[in-house]
Amino acid sequence: MIEIDLDTSPLRETNRRLQTVGANDNARQFRLFNPRGAHAVAAGLTEDLEVTVEGHVGFYCSGMNRQAKIQVTGNAGVGLAENMMSGEVRVAGNASQSAGATGQGGLLVVEGDTSSRCGISMKGIDIVVGGSVGHMSAFMGQAGSLAVLGDAGNSLGDSLYEARLYVRGRVESLGADCKEKEMTAHHLEKLGRLLDRARISANPRDFRRYGSARQLYHFKIGNLGAY
Amino acid sequence: MCGIVGLYAKEPAFGERLGAHLADMLVEMSDRGPDSAGVALYRQPAPADGLKLVLHGPEGTDWEDVRHALAEAFDPHVSLERRGSHTVVMLTAGLAALRSWLAEAQPALRLVSAGEVIEIFKEKGHPCEVVKQLTLRGLSGSHGLGHTRMATESAVTTEHSHPFSTGLDLCLVHNGSLSNHNRLRARLRKAGVEIQTDNDSEVAAGFLAWRLAEGDSLEEALERGMTELDGFYTFAIGTKEGFAVLRDPIACKHAVLAETDDWVAMATEYRAIATLPGAQEARIWEPKPGQIYAWGA
Repeated sequence: MIEIDLDTSPLRETNRRLQTVGANDNARQFRLFNPRGAHAVAAGLTEDLEVTVEGHVGFYCSGMNRQAKIQVTGNAGVGLAENMMSGEVRVAGNASQSAGATGQGGLLVVEGDTSSRCGISMKGIDIVVGGSVGHMSAFMGQAGSLAVLGDAGNSLGDSLYEARLYVRGRVESLGADCKEKEMTAHHLEKLGRLLDRARISANPRDFRRYGSARQLYHFKIGNLGAY
Repeated sequence: MCGIVGLYAKEPAFGERLGAHLADMLVEMSDRGPDSAGVALYRQPAPADGLKLVLHGPEGTDWEDVRHALAEAFDPHVSLERRGSHTVVMLTAGLAALRSWLAEAQPALRLVSAGEVIEIFKEKGHPCEVVKQLTLRGLSGSHGLGHTRMATESAVTTEHSHPFSTGLDLCLVHNGSLSNHNRLRARLRKAGVEIQTDNDSEVAAGFLAWRLAEGDSLEEALERGMTELDGFYTFAIGTKEGFAVLRDPIACKHAVLAETDDWVAMATEYRAIATLPGAQEARIWEPKPGQIYAWGA
């Protein structure tokens, strides 16, 4: 375990160190202290490292992550795990807007709440939120899944493509072209596996499933007169 | 992009160092607004029936001269305290009479704020420099707001800087941009609201000033603002007793709130709050869109 105090080690230097760990290097576990809301903590990692950040981080923490397992003991600011490719990011507190935005893969777990636009334009990432998500979550989501144990704010899944959404609590409103769908045995199993992977305890049967109504996909011949 | 900070002392002892804490928060938001900075501090009330003004004068203003003129026209016991390019004036006078006197006798001076407790200071330049110039670190107070500005809608001048005074002991800071400010400015001017610049945020300040003058409560004025102001905003509004925070209904602009036994703070980013004692243990949350949060106000 390598310990790095961000009060004394510049963030850029620290990130470069984490980004340049080689595939065969032995030192793969890091603990960062005193982030004090700094931006882009542990962003751009490409190796299967284990990084724990003790405290609250600012914007864009763990962005573009590939393979690394990153854990934050406090809260995270805007754009947490943005465009994550693979690996796992876990936040013990709350996360701000656009958590997991455009994520292509990997697992993001926020044990608390996230605010608006969680999973916006998600492209394959799996997101599990222990609390509630804010408005416009999963906006234009293309692939992957979002499971929310609490409530979802207004316009959930607006203009959704094919991402799967599961909500245990109340959905304030569904966005355009998002509708409730049947929770089949197949989906119960998928959600069960996702919750297990996220180490979040909940019964899949308590969730409702939402997905794309697929009405915005194609040009409608009835609109021809508009051109 | 701009930075906003707000700090409210729940314990008087914390207020002793309010200026220093607000300065730390403001400097931390420098990256978000390196063009200019400003603060509104609520501190040291004017004597009973008195008025506290902050005047801004161009370089070379003879403040001793101003003092004599004020003593002669209004109050022989007038006091002046210099703070960078600003001067805090305490005196007994009517605000309307003072305004017309200023326009006639001292047209080079600009009235920055007026009230019993408010002191607004703002200047163009890097927040670090502004904080030094205004000797902010040495000042105590009950609460205060601050702003670092990255100009997008209008020029970088002291007049375009925040906070904007919105009436006696009231002020506004804004992060965001308004799209219907031209039309609204014309409407407000017609209604008799004085607006000094082409800045969008000043229109929001003018709108609140107008609604409050028409008898709205702060909450009513803000509710109405949500329907009339088109654009992105996080507002922080300072009042004599505290401050309020409001984000636009789709929450385009960031904001975070935190509270301990000693203080309540708001900032555009948590790293500004992280400078405060006890921040690690504070209760921290993100204000919901379109919801008014207020302390003391």
